[in-house]
Amino acid sequence: MKLTEKEIEIIEILEKNSRTSNDDLAAMIGLPINETEEVLRKLEELKIIVRYTSVVDWSKIQGHEGVTAMIDVKVTPKRGVGFDDIAKRIYRFKEVKSVYLMSGAYDLSVIIEGGSMNEVARFVSDKLSTLDSVISTTTHFILKKYKHDGTIFEPEEEDKRIVVSP
Amino acid sequence: MKTKKSYLSRTVSEIKPSGIRRFFDLASGMEGVISLGVGEPDFITPWSVREAAILSLEEGYTSYTANAGLLELRQEIASYLSKAFKLHYSPESEIIVTVGASQAIDIALRSVVDQGDEVIVVEPCFVSYSPLVSLAGGTPVPVQAPKERGFKITSDILEEAVTDRTKAIMICSPNNPTGTLLEKEDLQAIAEIAERYDLLVISDEIYAELSYDSGYTSMAAIDGMRERTILISGFSKGFAMTGWRLGYVCAPKEISGAMLKIHQYAMMCAPTMAQHAALEALKNGANEVEEMRKSYRRRRNYMVSSFNELGLSCHSPGGAFYVFPSIESTGLSSEQFAEKLLLEEKVAVVPGNVFGESGEGFIRCSYATSIEQLQEAVRRIGSFLEKIKS
Repeated sequence: MKLTEKEIEIIEILEKNSRTSNDDLAAMIGLPINETEEVLRKLEELKIIVRYTSVVDWSKIQGHEGVTAMIDVKVTPKRGVGFDDIAKRIYRFKEVKSVYLMSGAYDLSVIIEGGSMNEVARFVSDKLSTLDSVISTTTHFILKKYKHDGTIFEPEEEDKRIVVSP
Repeated sequence: MKTKKSYLSRTVSEIKPSGIRRFFDLASGMEGVISLGVGEPDFITPWSVREAAILSLEEGYTSYTANAGLLELRQEIASYLSKAFKLHYSPESEIIVTVGASQAIDIALRSVVDQGDEVIVVEPCFVSYSPLVSLAGGTPVPVQAPKERGFKITSDILEEAVTDRTKAIMICSPNNPTGTLLEKEDLQAIAEIAERYDLLVISDEIYAELSYDSGYTSMAAIDGMRERTILISGFSKGFAMTGWRLGYVCAPKEISGAMLKIHQYAMMCAPTMAQHAALEALKNGANEVEEMRKSYRRRRNYMVSSFNELGLSCHSPGGAFYVFPSIESTGLSSEQFAEKLLLEEKVAVVPGNVFGESGEGFIRCSYATSIEQLQEAVRRIGSFLEKIKS
């Protein structure tokens, strides 16, 4: 699907800040408000914009810190459906946040979020590794998130410029 | 004992301090100011560029370079100018790497201006042009780009200012403070006068990368103008490298030779680590420059539409990172408006008149600030306008 430059710009702006108001969006790209809203409807209908969401630093909220694990999964692909079948069986679990088919030493990269390390461990041993096609799993716990989806979690660097300059 | 005389030269004593200074002093002491008064990018230099400079230090590149700058850098500049703007300069004899575009302007003027020569300075413009003409021994002749034409100078106005002592015309596009971009026809009008009266054009193109609507045309790319143009540019604005102090100047061999003479005695060479950083910026910086350009364009659109909605008429400037709305409808002078706005709403802008007579009635607002800050600034300016209306 080919999009116009302005349509792409709308996506880029919303990808950085999905709360940008339609008025501001229209002003920034230089389109009338009704056309901007038309583009938005189209992008939503086409599922190009899949969802409006926030990046949350849960580690700051007491009792909700949670743990995230990345699990390398080796599987046996099935005739006819390849990896899709087993990927579907995995991504349907609500604990699973992402599933990617990978090139290299393993097949699926699965990202899991849970309340505690125990919870994640239980999911891996009870649900994931017992699936028929799964040959092996390697679990990596994330210790600290420095940058997530293009966002740096440390506080922004302050403006070091002088207040007024020629 | 003799009475104490002033040791200062007459030239320096006669130069007026910049009108920006007062606003700097006013704004500096205040808490919670949103500054639209900043003449530099809000982006930090791209990491790959900073990293290249760190690497150059680690490898021990801490000595002088050739006077004109690293040959490799001049070659990169030559190929960049050729690709981006269809300009052809010899890296060996027509490009000099300078300490910012500011030094480039200085050596350009000093290499062509004799005592008493006149240089036509198109205003509103960057505050340093006229003082640098004076320091070079020349006489600045300010002419006013008419606001009715979106601050584009006409050949008639230029022609009226030409005398037998006129040596050069100084222009800047995209312009600081108006943001005005001179299109090909506008440049041709200036070129016509330059050719008719055998003048040079000193063309400050430091904002060339930040052009938003159509492509950028350099004065030196206009037919017949390469031989009478001194092209000033650098890395400060487009590449977000103001603090590195790295610019360059391109001119035909004879003029470049003269500029190099001044440069080698007065400066020796531009800082070595900054030159290594610039090399990386040219080799691998294109994507980041484009990202920044797009971000500025969005903010420009936002600011132009916001000012017009607030009832401050504002043309849509083709480049740089300034909007130049008219505040005439408020009945205040530029200085009054800027001062009141700062004291009452804590938004710093620069009064247009500090950039030249024709800037009176306007304010310069830099949008090199995050969109969130711009939104807040617009809100504050809105409430300020409400207040002064009642």
